[in-house]
Amino acid sequence: MRARHLLLAVVLGALAIAGAAHAQPRSGVARPPNEEQLPLRELGSQLYAGNCSACHGVDGRGQRTPRKTTEGIEGQGPPLRGVGARSVDFYLRTGYMPLSKPDEQPVRRRALFTDREIRAMVDYVASLPPPGPPIPRPEPGKGNLAEGYELFTEHCAGCHQVAAQGGVVTGARVPPLEDSSAVQIAQAARVGPYLMPKFSEKDITDAELNSIIKYAEMAAKRPHNDGGWGIGNIGPVPEGMVTWFIAGVAFVLMCVVIGSRLRS
Amino acid sequence: MVGGQPGEAELIRRALLWLDARTGAAPLVRKGLRYLFPDHWSFLLGEVALYAFIMLVATGIYLTLFFEPSFGETTYTGSYAPMQGLPMSEAYRSALELSFDVPSGLLMRQTHHWAANVFVAAIVLHMIRVFFTGAFRKPRELTWIIGLLMLFTTLLEGYLGYSMVDDLLSGIGLAIGYGVALSVPVIGANLALGIWDGPFPGSTVFESRMYVAHVFLLPILIATLLAGHLALVASRHHTQFRASKRATQRRIVGMPAFPAQTPRSLGLMLMTAALLFLLGGLVQINPIWQWGPYETYQATNGAQPDWYLGWLIGSLRLMPGFDLSIGDYVLVPNPFWGGALFPLVVLGVLGASPWLERRFTGERGFNNVLDRPRDAPGRTAFGAAFFTWVALIFISGSADRADVFLGLDYESQIWFYRVAVIVVPLLVFFVTRKVCAELQASDAIEEAREAAEEEAKAEAVAA
Amino acid sequence: MRRLWQGLLAVLTLGLGRRRERRRDEGEGDSGGGRGHDLVEPGPHNPGTELGVAALFLLAAASAVAFIVVYSLERFPAQHELFGVTLAAAFGFLGAGLIVLARRVLPSEELEEDYPEEEHVEAGIEAATIVEESGRSITRKRLLTAAGGTAGGAIGLAALTPALSLGPWFHTEPLRRTPWRAGRRLVDREGKPYRAEEIERETFYTAFPEGASHRTLGSMLVVVRLDPARLRLPRERADWAPEGILAFSKVCTHAGCAVGLYRKPTYPPTQPPPGLVCPCHYSTFDPALGGEVVFGPAGRPLPQLPLAIDGAGELRARGNFSNAIGPAWWGVNLEKPS
Repeated sequence: MRARHLLLAVVLGALAIAGAAHAQPRSGVARPPNEEQLPLRELGSQLYAGNCSACHGVDGRGQRTPRKTTEGIEGQGPPLRGVGARSVDFYLRTGYMPLSKPDEQPVRRRALFTDREIRAMVDYVASLPPPGPPIPRPEPGKGNLAEGYELFTEHCAGCHQVAAQGGVVTGARVPPLEDSSAVQIAQAARVGPYLMPKFSEKDITDAELNSIIKYAEMAAKRPHNDGGWGIGNIGPVPEGMVTWFIAGVAFVLMCVVIGSRLRS
Repeated sequence: MVGGQPGEAELIRRALLWLDARTGAAPLVRKGLRYLFPDHWSFLLGEVALYAFIMLVATGIYLTLFFEPSFGETTYTGSYAPMQGLPMSEAYRSALELSFDVPSGLLMRQTHHWAANVFVAAIVLHMIRVFFTGAFRKPRELTWIIGLLMLFTTLLEGYLGYSMVDDLLSGIGLAIGYGVALSVPVIGANLALGIWDGPFPGSTVFESRMYVAHVFLLPILIATLLAGHLALVASRHHTQFRASKRATQRRIVGMPAFPAQTPRSLGLMLMTAALLFLLGGLVQINPIWQWGPYETYQATNGAQPDWYLGWLIGSLRLMPGFDLSIGDYVLVPNPFWGGALFPLVVLGVLGASPWLERRFTGERGFNNVLDRPRDAPGRTAFGAAFFTWVALIFISGSADRADVFLGLDYESQIWFYRVAVIVVPLLVFFVTRKVCAELQASDAIEEAREAAEEEAKAEAVAA
Repeated sequence: MRRLWQGLLAVLTLGLGRRRERRRDEGEGDSGGGRGHDLVEPGPHNPGTELGVAALFLLAAASAVAFIVVYSLERFPAQHELFGVTLAAAFGFLGAGLIVLARRVLPSEELEEDYPEEEHVEAGIEAATIVEESGRSITRKRLLTAAGGTAGGAIGLAALTPALSLGPWFHTEPLRRTPWRAGRRLVDREGKPYRAEEIERETFYTAFPEGASHRTLGSMLVVVRLDPARLRLPRERADWAPEGILAFSKVCTHAGCAVGLYRKPTYPPTQPPPGLVCPCHYSTFDPALGGEVVFGPAGRPLPQLPLAIDGAGELRARGNFSNAIGPAWWGVNLEKPS
């Protein structure tokens, strides 16, 4: 049986990599030694076993009750069967996964895996039944900015701020979108990572999503700063800082130059 | 020897005498030219506020020529491409047009906004200087009170200024203002409905009301208070530090208005204008096209008021969640504490401070000579504690941005500030008093040493 | 760049100049008489500095002309910034010139004089006496004062009365009114009715009453779907959330902002529970508890709207909100929405 072989391979791989993991620094990822020679699916399977299975369970079945792992963390995480390439690609390319603690908020950082490794893991998890959605191919060029603005304000601005500069929701920090690619924005909207709502095609159509992405990319990456230095495009807080730390200091200096006496 | 050609002097003389024959102004001009300004850099902070106000009026008049204060609905067709076809109010559309299609319109709008921010900052700095030097004491209590009224009028004026543009931040700010108005005990509902002409977002006349208040009623009120403030300053003359032995409670030492002070003040005014135009040209402020038009059902994260209302968003956010109620009957809703009672307490304490101080010190005389902060440890310690209290609440208002940029968890910050606003001012009070006492002690030692040295010198000379 | 240069120049000119020792004429007070040149002490002679001041003034003129040129040219990149810089330079050079003039060329005398008289006791007493004596011929002073005061007060009240037209001061029932009635359909921004099957878990929807204005606070709803097994609604609302679909007023009960944030856990065991959050002061409401406040300054729960699914599968209101919507006012809980 093919599945049995696969399972055996995974368990063996996991054991091998667990050994390797001990030699590696705690924050690092576990890699099979002969990475280049391995076929993509096999590499994905081994990387999954070494880096994901502690929380997401063997074969992506999830880990409902916390379990002590070799790395000393309490492994606990959702099943990955059926999430598809869309979700896995997002979490790995944004550096959201792997998490060092299962209950912390994933934050954007440099992806820990190479492009080939990510493709391998995406391919592996997507191959687990049932089939899941593929990586989206948004076309923001076809969007409309005004429509994008309206939809973004209705669905996204509450957390991401109207100019996509990020914000706060009680319990989580909401990332700005300046580093997010069009594909990642589309993935996040459909996947709803961490505390973010998850918008289906019924709620926001692909065409509407194009408009949202077009607007968000403009607002976050190419804001219209016609008035000069944009100071972050988040409004009054940096404006107040400029008032006090630049204008205020300049005015006090001016007074000091014009008024002769410095001391009483 | 100063003085130009004899012909020039004759010309000035003739002009003045012509004026005097018609107005009787010559004695006043004569006196005014030699009006004395004691010299210290911190005495110029109030002037900066005055010049920022002049800039506000000048740029504001320009803006009124283009702004259309109307909630009337329209569709955007101007030159800012991303908003093409969006429904919006005439007010917001005209503000966009002013920013994108009126040459130098954006410069005037941004300079106006920066001038507002600087105006309030200069008032606050000036007020801090006046407080910590005891300049508010008899006979200048009225000047102090008028100044405070000006500050609070200005806060309302600024709030209306950015609210009537009808962008997303405007609308959110107005919703909060409405919530605070509703929360006023007993009459809140009547008050809010009266001001907004119905439940929020109000009827179309509400925009006209904001507009007339912003461009006419409040500026006139501020200008009147300003005139009174300056008249009182002039009639009682300036306070001074004891900079020389000649400066006493009875004798004022300073530079005459002319020729020493006038070019300095004019220079400061022009430099103020220069700095504000520079900010207006180079640093973007309130980019309304990035916020979009307001709809009641929309919201944006990180909605903040301009800095001078930051202390109120701080107090609104810090307040633990409760409405004062008896059973099911709400008496005082939550926004009242942070949005109305807190600023009233601040106004009350500051306004009462000349009289509070008299109660504590029992001092009833005239004061023309200023204290150094260390010379009045009680006042300085109280002022520092009070200022810390307001400043902490102010800083807590941007806790959400601190979360985003510094990674400090929002909820933990709120709990930290809830404790800190009570504990830290107390600490500041005792530390400040101690520091003042130490400084006074070291001053006394220094004085004794100087006296002894002088004595020794005198003895040596005698010997 | 130019601004920087100008600033440097100003600092240099000011810094290098050393203030001259002031000389005072003995016995010369504030009111000294004599001919013109005795009134003002001679200033420092700095013919070189005068040239510098003139240069600053001319630079100011040049900058002002530059502004006019920039204005009159067709639009080009950074025109707005150039407007600001040229205008700032014009004012800045002129200001710097005046300051240099004051400090290096004109006399900076330090004079002294008496402070104005502290009190004018005599004049005050006389004024009071005049007022007092003017009323000596009045015999019924208290009556006149009372009547006059009444007239003044009444006229004041009459003058204030038109202010009542400003708004519905005494008719506060509009605050309690909402457009929601039993049977009214929930529609989206474009007016399309929401069907129950379209409402998915892990997301939120903004809904309005069919045919009503979107702008009034009483209209807007936030709709979410939760696992019915996880709902902990108050007992009397047991049937308000068909299939776990909940509708709340979208207006924060604290200060009236739109509750535009919905957080939902991707993996409930390790992440915070669902919450509706207001972005103004971060009041957080728990939809599973019927809108109870779980964090922030809000004092009342988010009002819930009872829902029903009609035969066509569309969402309809089954009545009005559980309590008054929007920010609270004196006595609000007694006033049920109508």
